[in-house]
Amino acid sequence: MTDDFYRSVDGIRVPDPTLGKNVRPEPEPEPVPDEQVAPEPPPKIRRKRVVLAEPSRTPSSLRARVELEQQTSWGELLINDLIKIQLRTAIALGGLVVLVLGALPALSYFVPAFTELRFVGIPLPWLLLGVAPFPLLFGVGLWYNRLAERHERDFVDMIEN
Amino acid sequence: MWNPWALTSVGLVMLVTFYLGHRTSRFARSTHDFLVARRTVRSRRNAAAISGEYLSAASFLGVAGLVLKDGADALWYPIGFTAGYLALMLFVAAPLRRSGAYTLPDFLEARLGSVSLRTMSTWFVVFIGVLYMLPQLQGAGIALTAIMPAPAWVGSVLVTVVVAVNVMAGGMRAITLVQAFQYWLKLFALAVPTFVLAVVFFGSDGAGSAGSLGDPAPPRFTEETRVAIRTEATLRVGEPTPVRIGDGNRETTVWLPGTDYDIEPGTTLVFPADAKVPVVSDGELDNASWLRPTETASELLGTYSLILATFFGTMGLPHVLVRFYTNPDGRSARRTTVQVLLLLGLFYLFPVMIGALSRMYVPQLLVTGNTDAAVLEVPGAMVPGVLGQLLTAVTAAGAFAAFLATASGLLVTVAGVIATDLLAGKARDFRTATLFVAAVPALLAVLLPVEDLSLSVGMSFALAASTFAPLLVLGIWWRRLTWLGAMAGMCTGGGLVLAAVVLNSISARTGAWAPWFLEQPGLFTVPAAFLVTIVVSLGTARRVPEDVNAVMLRLHAPDPLGFMRDRTVARFGRAEARARTGRGRHRK
Repeated sequence: MTDDFYRSVDGIRVPDPTLGKNVRPEPEPEPVPDEQVAPEPPPKIRRKRVVLAEPSRTPSSLRARVELEQQTSWGELLINDLIKIQLRTAIALGGLVVLVLGALPALSYFVPAFTELRFVGIPLPWLLLGVAPFPLLFGVGLWYNRLAERHERDFVDMIEN
Repeated sequence: MWNPWALTSVGLVMLVTFYLGHRTSRFARSTHDFLVARRTVRSRRNAAAISGEYLSAASFLGVAGLVLKDGADALWYPIGFTAGYLALMLFVAAPLRRSGAYTLPDFLEARLGSVSLRTMSTWFVVFIGVLYMLPQLQGAGIALTAIMPAPAWVGSVLVTVVVAVNVMAGGMRAITLVQAFQYWLKLFALAVPTFVLAVVFFGSDGAGSAGSLGDPAPPRFTEETRVAIRTEATLRVGEPTPVRIGDGNRETTVWLPGTDYDIEPGTTLVFPADAKVPVVSDGELDNASWLRPTETASELLGTYSLILATFFGTMGLPHVLVRFYTNPDGRSARRTTVQVLLLLGLFYLFPVMIGALSRMYVPQLLVTGNTDAAVLEVPGAMVPGVLGQLLTAVTAAGAFAAFLATASGLLVTVAGVIATDLLAGKARDFRTATLFVAAVPALLAVLLPVEDLSLSVGMSFALAASTFAPLLVLGIWWRRLTWLGAMAGMCTGGGLVLAAVVLNSISARTGAWAPWFLEQPGLFTVPAAFLVTIVVSLGTARRVPEDVNAVMLRLHAPDPLGFMRDRTVARFGRAEARARTGRGRHRK
């Protein structure tokens, strides 16, 4: 009974409202027949983490969240700023990659001599097309990931303070 | 031709696939499990699973075949296939996950609130899914005939059955670990043969049996070679080439450059030693032009078209997107994509090398046009004896891993869409849909003639880029999108690509008159779809959904603020789960 109660409040221990009162446990509700016939495997006994206090959330952060959710003009302004900066970052990095990769076909079309160059016996275009783009793409991906996470962290910090 | 090693390895791959699927699907019960694996897949496992699913027959066999045929120009395929994930990460990944949707049509409904748009996109998802599944199943048929004497339909049916059994048992839950395993298997199955073959190659002074790549001339046959033509082919030569047509024929004819020679199926061509290798009409004739990228203006525009189609196409592929829904939150969806970029970049180094090696060792594939078999045939041609057979066995196992992984992802996606949009969305409905969805492409794969693997995959990319990509990008970043604009853009882009497909296949039967933009329509269809979407949306500004601000907030607010809501739980979850993961209480 008490276990059920704690689960229903996400494992956060708050004083049991039935404490000290002579409350009779309610009868178990009829189990709803599931669409699956297979019996559920017995639940594993797992260690349960018990949180003794809510993470302190200052009233101001709560107000900010409510403003965001209720779409006040201020909340809308905040989220629009975040969207704008994320989009700007994405377009800048995407544009960079498109420029670099897009220059390669044009280069070999307009400057055919470029395709004759060799690097340790391997034609340069093959290195530039077969190997080089992959580290470039991965690097840009890492970079964007860092930038985007930083923008989000800044946003959360601003809301919480 | 029997190759017992390859047969064993392919059998093993199927067994392991089945076993892993069986293991992981034991706890799959609810719709939530079947559609999105309870959204518990961590970024590292999901990245391997996405890469495993994405590296289809077209990547594993097709890229090496294209490099063999087209040379440097074909290198754009792996680049585009990888760059698509960068675009996906920059514009789509995290907001898409935060939407809390469980299929692509569900996302569109969440954003634009239109049921008719949802139905329309459901059919596009089914169409793209079947179009993409077809080459996987046909590839399985071809690959099986290469290692044992069996009709082609056996391979297709075998792969369909293994995949369908897995998906019916556990849906997304069952295939996640399978796909992750298959990525590493595929990497191993190309990397090991490539290293061995590279050692053999440098051991033989850097020149293959058909002449070194440094020779400007076409590759040549080293001994008298018989080539049996199975499908109709048009051949071209770069220099006068002696050839005997028909096995019993003693008379030698000489083929001249500048003429197209049409060969009937069932013909055997016998080339004397030292003859130059002719090439099917659309391949590069001599090594000099094979080595050089982008020589003509139409090649230049075709390359740009390909880049555009693959750059936007990846983000429009429904089976790729559905894997991103399995991440716990938006941040891990983004981290997943970074790792995918690494895994794909690692993989694509190898098919390119195998393709270059195959030009020097198995030039007869250029005559038959069956260039997709390069990965399977090179090891046997370069290393005689048991070692060669073993290496072939390894690549064959990788090829089957590719068919299985991609087909299972597609099956889950299409079955999920049908189960939730056309049926009631219970786990039972998912299983029914799986059965149906598996049967249709399997039948088509058996009945329809085989096309070039990468061709139909290229078309799927163009189709995805011209239908779903504009909706996703504009839907996530542009408030003024309306469902009418989305519908118009999707129909325009999809219609144009389908028209190109039809014209292309007509031209293939009536003398190959199609210009480059019918083969690579992306350069026109993608901007057209974007343009129509924007113009119609601006024209129907009154239809902008009323909750657009709330939806935008949910898509873009960072995860710790907890605005994310799970639409699967909201629709299919039980009351208790709905209360637990309701507003702002998503699972971390």
